[in-house]
Amino acid sequence: MTDSVNSLLPVWACLASLLAVPAILIFRKEPFLREGATFVAGLVKLGFVIAIYQHVKNGTAVECVLIEGPLPIVLRVDALGMVFALVASSLWILTSLYAIGYMRGLKEHSQTRFFAFFAVSLFATLGVAFAGNLLTLYLFYEILSLSTWPLVTHHQDKEARSGGRTYLAHLLGTSVAFALPALIFTWVKTGSEIEFGKAILESGDLGPWPTVALLLAFCFGFSKAGMMPFHSWLPGAMVAPTPVSALLHAVAVVKVGVFCVIRVVTEVFDTDLLTQAIGALSPSEILAWVAAFTVLVSSLIALTQDNLKRRLAFSTIGQLSYIVLGVALLHDLAWRGSVLHIAAHATGKITLFFCAGAIYVATGKKYISQMRGLGRRMPITFTAFFIGSLGVIGLPPSLGLISKFHLVLGAANAGQIALLVVFLISTILNAAYFLPIVYQAFFPKSDEVDPGEAGAEKFSWHSVKEAPWACVVPLSITALLSFGLFFTSGFLQELVKLFVASH
Amino acid sequence: MADQFPAIIVLAPLFGALIVGLAGSRDHRICFPVVLVSLAVSLFASLGVFLQVLQSGPVSYFMSGWDTEKSVLGAGIELRIDAINGLVLIVIAVVSILVSIFSIRRAGEETTEKTPQFYVLFLLLTVGIFGMTVTNDAFNLFVLVEVSSLTSYALIAMGKARRGTMAAFNYILMGTVGASFYLLGVGYLYLKTGTLNMGHIHEVLTANGGEIGRSPSVMVAFVMILVGLWIKMAFFPLYGWLPNAYSYAPSTSGCILAPLMTKVSVYVMIRVMLGVFGWEWVFGHLGWNHAVVWLAVIAILAGSVLALAQRELKKMLCYLIVAEVGYMVGGAWLADSEGWGMTGAIYHILADAFMTLCLFIAASILVKRCKARRIEDLGGMFKKMPVTMTGFIIGALAMIGIPPTCGFFSKFYLIRGGIESGHWEFVAALILSSLINAVLFFRIFEIAFFGNKPAEGHGHEEGETSEQGSIGEQALSVREARLSTLIPLLVTAAIVILLGVFNGPVIAVIRSAIEPLIAVGG
Amino acid sequence: MKEFFETSIEPHFNYWVYVILMMIGLWAVIAKNNLIKKLIGMSIFQTAIILFYVSVGVKKGSGIPIIPKAKEAAAGAGEHGAAGAVNPDLFANPLPHVLMLTAIVVGVSTLGVALAVAQQLFKDFGTLEEDEILEQIKTADKASPDG
Repeated sequence: MTDSVNSLLPVWACLASLLAVPAILIFRKEPFLREGATFVAGLVKLGFVIAIYQHVKNGTAVECVLIEGPLPIVLRVDALGMVFALVASSLWILTSLYAIGYMRGLKEHSQTRFFAFFAVSLFATLGVAFAGNLLTLYLFYEILSLSTWPLVTHHQDKEARSGGRTYLAHLLGTSVAFALPALIFTWVKTGSEIEFGKAILESGDLGPWPTVALLLAFCFGFSKAGMMPFHSWLPGAMVAPTPVSALLHAVAVVKVGVFCVIRVVTEVFDTDLLTQAIGALSPSEILAWVAAFTVLVSSLIALTQDNLKRRLAFSTIGQLSYIVLGVALLHDLAWRGSVLHIAAHATGKITLFFCAGAIYVATGKKYISQMRGLGRRMPITFTAFFIGSLGVIGLPPSLGLISKFHLVLGAANAGQIALLVVFLISTILNAAYFLPIVYQAFFPKSDEVDPGEAGAEKFSWHSVKEAPWACVVPLSITALLSFGLFFTSGFLQELVKLFVASH
Repeated sequence: MADQFPAIIVLAPLFGALIVGLAGSRDHRICFPVVLVSLAVSLFASLGVFLQVLQSGPVSYFMSGWDTEKSVLGAGIELRIDAINGLVLIVIAVVSILVSIFSIRRAGEETTEKTPQFYVLFLLLTVGIFGMTVTNDAFNLFVLVEVSSLTSYALIAMGKARRGTMAAFNYILMGTVGASFYLLGVGYLYLKTGTLNMGHIHEVLTANGGEIGRSPSVMVAFVMILVGLWIKMAFFPLYGWLPNAYSYAPSTSGCILAPLMTKVSVYVMIRVMLGVFGWEWVFGHLGWNHAVVWLAVIAILAGSVLALAQRELKKMLCYLIVAEVGYMVGGAWLADSEGWGMTGAIYHILADAFMTLCLFIAASILVKRCKARRIEDLGGMFKKMPVTMTGFIIGALAMIGIPPTCGFFSKFYLIRGGIESGHWEFVAALILSSLINAVLFFRIFEIAFFGNKPAEGHGHEEGETSEQGSIGEQALSVREARLSTLIPLLVTAAIVILLGVFNGPVIAVIRSAIEPLIAVGG
Repeated sequence: MKEFFETSIEPHFNYWVYVILMMIGLWAVIAKNNLIKKLIGMSIFQTAIILFYVSVGVKKGSGIPIIPKAKEAAAGAGEHGAAGAVNPDLFANPLPHVLMLTAIVVGVSTLGVALAVAQQLFKDFGTLEEDEILEQIKTADKASPDG
């Protein structure tokens, strides 16, 4: 157990973006002031997060009890929450910049609503990161589901609506159907104790089968983690505008899902519970194999997708299960890898989404088969795409290498050779679905540069330019971030070590 | 003064009704201030009593000083307030004040200028409901149930819609049969125990190791009382009168009846169960908890599914009430050893009163402003009436059970009760009904947010295209509702959230009140 | 048969009477088509319960429950020690009767409200037959669902 200090800092960090909402609504007629409010809020938020980081890096948790009682609402920032909060709050600023370029570039409607709900969803994301008990976690989880729904349905057309319905049905449905009963069951079992920071279900509390049921209820209930069979909301939600996909479906929403799973596995269950034998397997291994199945199947599906955003979506599903798989290994190194992979995948995937959006803004192209040769016209975008995909695949120089290295080592040390093979196969598949895009973009066959034979539409290749600067700058920064974190990941690794050490 | 608080709670609206009845017909403007003042006095007295209860335990008050101990035949009427009905009293007072504000302009419009008559009935209704909550006398309870029922028949029949009149007629028949059953049950109890005071009945029933309690007559009495109350609270399958009555009533009547009548009836049932027959008798001797919980499960599912089938907004809400009654009855009958189900049921009485009020006020505004009885007519309402829709959304989220609204926490405690007592079917029903509610309300949100049909481009919402000419004109001129209706809506919405956020102290009060009742049963 | 009559019906005949009346009333409420007949059924139903209460207050050989008279009677009998003590066996239990005064008032008001509503229904629909009213509602529904 680490010691903790009481402070209102976590509250302010959460509220920073919520308080921006009135400002956004007031300045709805003044786009510059409106977006200015978003930026100010983003910087203030990051400032608070960094202030909290000063405490957390010394191994002190920052705590704030909002409401006492039988069902307390508590914010408590520890190393794990810190990693996530740093990633989410720093990437929000970049996404806001990108969103301005994207939304204005496409002259989207209802931009005020868009920015307002964006701010609310960030409030909820930090709330999840800082949640000090299961109830608080669930509370912010639901707020996040609801506040992102208007973003997903932003286009309001038929496709967006059905995407939005799938989105809500999955996220709300599973959370109410699985996570809520699991949460209350835990509460009943432990006699009103739902605080994090101590293993609240001790060994001997549950038999092996109830443990499996509860574990899977939590993991499927937090279906933002995208584990199969509750993954189909993610591709469906790709109808959202790209900044939404970028931040929410590469960073905030899906990471909230895996974050919840990490919390549950590491803090709710005692390790003894998860290693009880059921035949040849243990509860944690069952979870690991569900995750492994998701990793492989989603990577294979990703290979077949021609729509770039859909390919990214299935890649995301795979990478999320990667993280879950690492947690389920119940090994120090694997846990470190998992948490690091949150940051690694976030920076990498957000770059990829930014690039997909930039391509769409500049050319209107959505399909990979239409992108041959585009790299020559949009070199910055595709270079960033290349770096981003390196991060997701786990090739040097990127943070992804470090996280995957830990994961693989963890699997090896835990003696799970079969799962180690899963990691390796998946990495090959990752490379197989990303690198050809880059290759074809830069080195098209000569005849394909001329679209005359494809014939579908007149398209002047020579008029294609890079997307607006507001799109290009953020994606360059995230690419640099993904690249730079390879060399400066020390502070993250310190946090991760703190997290692992506290268990 | 403070000693007289229990009587003042009931008498203030009664005298208010007299004043409104005498003076109101001369000048309609006098009605509303009198109503507000008398309800405010009730609220003040309720708060006062509640504080007394918190400090020094339950408060007993004997009408006209007829102490039941001293008087010849034990005929004095006792008012008794403990922490639980103290809370219910406050809820009733707050809800009725909010509805009276909501009704300032509407009462006259909807009842063809019968404003004073409306307010007389309104105040008498609160008299009846307050009385049902405080009285500790079984026969007096019957009279007060009839006072509240008679006024609600009239309130429902006051509207212009002729279907409302027919619904009121059916309600009279059902309601009278229900009250008569209750009266019959009280008669049997009186025969066996020789007293009408609830506390005394309980003493007699449990005396000598519960010898009298084992008599079959007592069981008949309990069943009669239960059936009577179930009709009053519209518990499945006795809910038939409710949907038409509440949805075709004038909106002000609907807004006061829907949150209070069923909830107070549930409270009365819980009081009869715990205060008259006792935990041990109901759950130990009778042992029907499994059957009733299953009935509640069916009520929840049937209410939710029927709500799903409705196209009219208010009808849908009415079927949701049926489902919510299932929550409360089921929770009260879970009989887990720590009483979490009972806690959840009592908390849900408070929570559901405000949730229902919130939704009914919002729905009434929507129906009135845009003539949109049906859900499809709500296209694009979010843009036209953002404040109203905000209130509606908060109420709806509470119905679904999204934190941090109070609906989430009541469900939380109810599910805990279900798990602890092993009634998994109840847990499943609660979750299923949450999911159905989510479908119901998000269907409405989608229409209200994004318009009726999927957008082609970013045009304006439709609504003008509707076939009825009058609707076309209305839809063009739809704008935000007037302040006198928005204030109660927003206050209710705020309460829905605050009651959820600060559920801790409320739950603590409820727990401290029911723990001794459970302990008595052992 | 005779035995059944002697053990079950004769000592409890007041119960039988009220149950039969109640069922008649309930049947009328449910089965009758005319709204006024339904109301008559409702009244019978209520009256049955009033009869039940009144009948249980009666005792064999008891007088009217007026306290001075009862005291006289007690003094005359002179059995129960202290003068002025009331022997409850000598007069009927007044409480159920008093309660029923209230219940009768409640019943009359209910009937009054119900008749007023029935009158309004007759104005609205021009009939008091339930099936005809429902038919009218149905056709109105088809014409304009907003009724």
